[in-house]
Amino acid sequence: MRLVILDNYDLASEWAAKYICNRIIQFRPGQDRYFTLGLPTGLPRNHPESYHSYMWNNFFKHIDIDPNNAHILDGNATDLQAECDAFEKKIKEAGGIDLFVGGIGPDGHIAFNEPGSSLVSRTRVKTLAMDTILANAKYFDGDLSKVPTMALTVGVGTVMDAREVMILITGAHKAFALYKAIEEGVNHMWTVSAFQQHPRTIFVCDEDATLELRVKTVKYFKGELTGLVRMLKSLRNYFPLELYIFLKRFRTSASVRMPPSIWRKMDLQYCSGLYI
Amino acid sequence: MRGGQGAARAPVIQFTNCRILRGRALLREDLWVRGGRILDPEKLFFEERRVADEQRDCGGCILAPGFIDVQINGGFGVDFSQATEDVGSGVALVARRILPHGVTSFCPTLVTSPPEVYCKVLPQIPVKSGGPHGAGVLGVHLEGPFISHEKRGAHPEAHLRSFEANAFQDLLATYGGLDNVRIVTLAPELGRSHEVIRALTALGICVSLGHSVADLGTAEEAVQSGATFITHLFNAMLPFHHRDPGIVGLLTSDRLPLGRHIFYGMIADGIHTNPAALRIAHRAHPEGLVLVTDAVPALGLGNGRHTLGQQEVEVDGLTAYVAGTNTLSGSIAPMDTCVRHFLQATGCSVESALEAASLHPAQLLGLEKHKGTLDFGADADFVVLDDSLHVRATYISGELVWQAEEARQ
Repeated sequence: MRLVILDNYDLASEWAAKYICNRIIQFRPGQDRYFTLGLPTGLPRNHPESYHSYMWNNFFKHIDIDPNNAHILDGNATDLQAECDAFEKKIKEAGGIDLFVGGIGPDGHIAFNEPGSSLVSRTRVKTLAMDTILANAKYFDGDLSKVPTMALTVGVGTVMDAREVMILITGAHKAFALYKAIEEGVNHMWTVSAFQQHPRTIFVCDEDATLELRVKTVKYFKGELTGLVRMLKSLRNYFPLELYIFLKRFRTSASVRMPPSIWRKMDLQYCSGLYI
Repeated sequence: MRGGQGAARAPVIQFTNCRILRGRALLREDLWVRGGRILDPEKLFFEERRVADEQRDCGGCILAPGFIDVQINGGFGVDFSQATEDVGSGVALVARRILPHGVTSFCPTLVTSPPEVYCKVLPQIPVKSGGPHGAGVLGVHLEGPFISHEKRGAHPEAHLRSFEANAFQDLLATYGGLDNVRIVTLAPELGRSHEVIRALTALGICVSLGHSVADLGTAEEAVQSGATFITHLFNAMLPFHHRDPGIVGLLTSDRLPLGRHIFYGMIADGIHTNPAALRIAHRAHPEGLVLVTDAVPALGLGNGRHTLGQQEVEVDGLTAYVAGTNTLSGSIAPMDTCVRHFLQATGCSVESALEAASLHPAQLLGLEKHKGTLDFGADADFVVLDDSLHVRATYISGELVWQAEEARQ
C-alpha cells in the first residue's frame, strides 16, 4: 500500500488527478489498446440532479470519449441482477479494469459495499445501511423517506480484480474509517480493508483524514511521499499536462480543463464502479 | 427545415471554446445544434451514444440568442409604410441588411397611414422564417392610427383615427384584416379602447400603449384589459409626474394583473433618451426592458444627405436630422449599437444587456420557448459577439448567415 498525505482537499484532488493522468499516459493507450478506468459516483439514482447529469456535467462533456465506451449501471433496468451480471461481463470483455478510483464512507465501505458485505462479492443489488441513507439525505432535502434504500454496486471482489486501486479519503469524519482500513485487520465490517490484500493500492488523503492514525504511520508515509513527489515532478518534465478531475463527492468544485490534444490521443473506456 | 423526421439524421454541430448565455448567466459551455435547434448533448451522449459530426471553435467569443427588434420602420432606404407594388423585396432587403447587427427576427413597423396603405401593404408582409436570405419576420407592428392627436410625433395628422363608433370593427375596417399583425400600438384614452384591447388580445395580438396622453389609471385599466407593452417609453407620452406618473408609472404599478409584468421598449441610442432616464427605467423594472431600434429608412445609409420619399434627411454618425435643420428625424442606431450603449449607460451586466435585446422581446411575444433563448429545443438563432459586444457572426437555424470581414480570413 502507498499512503499519500496532502495538506488539504484541493491538493489531494490535484495530486490524485495528476496521478491518474500520468498513469493513462504511461499506459500508452491507442486504437487497439484501451485504458479502462473505474470511477465512483456519489449520487443516488433518483437524485434530481440525476447521476447521468452529474457524470455528464462533471466529466463526460469535457472530454471526447466515445459514448459507447461509457458504461454505467442502470438502476432502472427491468432485471437488476441481469444488469449487474452484464456489467461484470463487460468488464471482463474489456480486459479488466486498469485503475479503479474510489472513496470510502464513514463506515469504511467502498462503493455501496456496506459493512457485512462479502469481501469477494461481485456487482449486485445492495440494501443501503442507515449511515449511507443518512449521508445521502442531503440530496433529497433531508427527507429520509425519499432516499432510495437500494443501489446497484460493484462488489468488493470486482474492485479487487482491478490492476490498480486508488482510494481518496478527505475530511476528519473519514479518519476513523481510514484507521480501520489500514491499521487494523481485514474485516468485512470495514470493507475497504480488503485492499490490504491487493498488490497495488494507493490511498490519497488530506491531513484531517489521518487524525486517527498513529503518528508513526503518518511519518513513515510522509517520508515516502517526498520520493513520490520527486518522481512525479520528473514525470512532469516529460508530460507537461494538467488534468484536474472534479470529484464532487468531496464537496468543492474545480472546473475540468484538459488540452484536447491529449484526450484525443486516448480512448477512455469507462467502466463504472458506482456510488449510486 | 427545423425539427421533423429528418432531424435525427441531421449533422450535429458543436460550438466550442465559447461562453453561452443560458439560464440568465454566461456559462463556459459548448453549444450543440442539430436540425436548426439547440440540442441537449447529454441525451445525445447517453441515449443516442453519438458525438458531434462537426466542431467549430468560437475563439472564446460570447454566444447570445439572436436579437429581436420589435419596432423598426424601415432602413437602407426602404420605408415599410410606403405602399409600393413590391413591399416584399423592401422587407427582404432590410431583413438581409440587419443580419450584421445581430438581429435574427424582427417586426416590420408601419406608422399611421390611410386604410388604402394598410390594405395594400399588410398582405405583402407575411410571417416568415429567417435564414441565409435574412432575419425572420415575426409579424407586423402597427403603430397607429389610433393614437393621441397631441402625442402623434411625426405621424401624419390627417390619418389619425378613433374607434369610438364601432370599436373593434372600426379597427378591422382600417387595417383591412389582421392576418400578419403581431403588435398594435394604440392610445388607451381613446373611447372604447378596452373592447378593442380585449378583442386584439383574444386574437393573440400584443397590444402596446403609446403616443398617448393617458394617466396612470387609464393605463392600468388598459393593462388589465390585456395590454402588455409600452411603445418607446418616455417618448410620445406624458412626462413622469410625481402625483400622476402616467404611462411611465406602469413600471412600478401595483395594480397590474397578478403574475404579469409590463414590458416597455426603449431606444438606447444615446440620443432619443437621456442615459439618466434610461437608468431610472432600468433600475425601476429591469425585467421588462425591451431594446428596440425604432429605426427609420435612413438606417445604414451612411453619412451625408439622402432623399427618402418626400423628405430630405442628413445623416451624421448616429443622428439623422431633417436636412438643414436640427430636428431629429428618427433613430438610425443599429441594434448592436443600442445593446452596447445600453450596457455602457446603465452599467448593467452583459447578461442583462443581451437579454434586453433577445429574451425580453421573445417573452413579450410569447415566443420564449423558441426564440430569445439558447435553451434545449429552442431555434438555433444566435449571434457570436466579442467581449465588447461587437457582432462577429450571425446564425439562423444553426446556419451561418453573416460573418464579419476579419472573421472570414
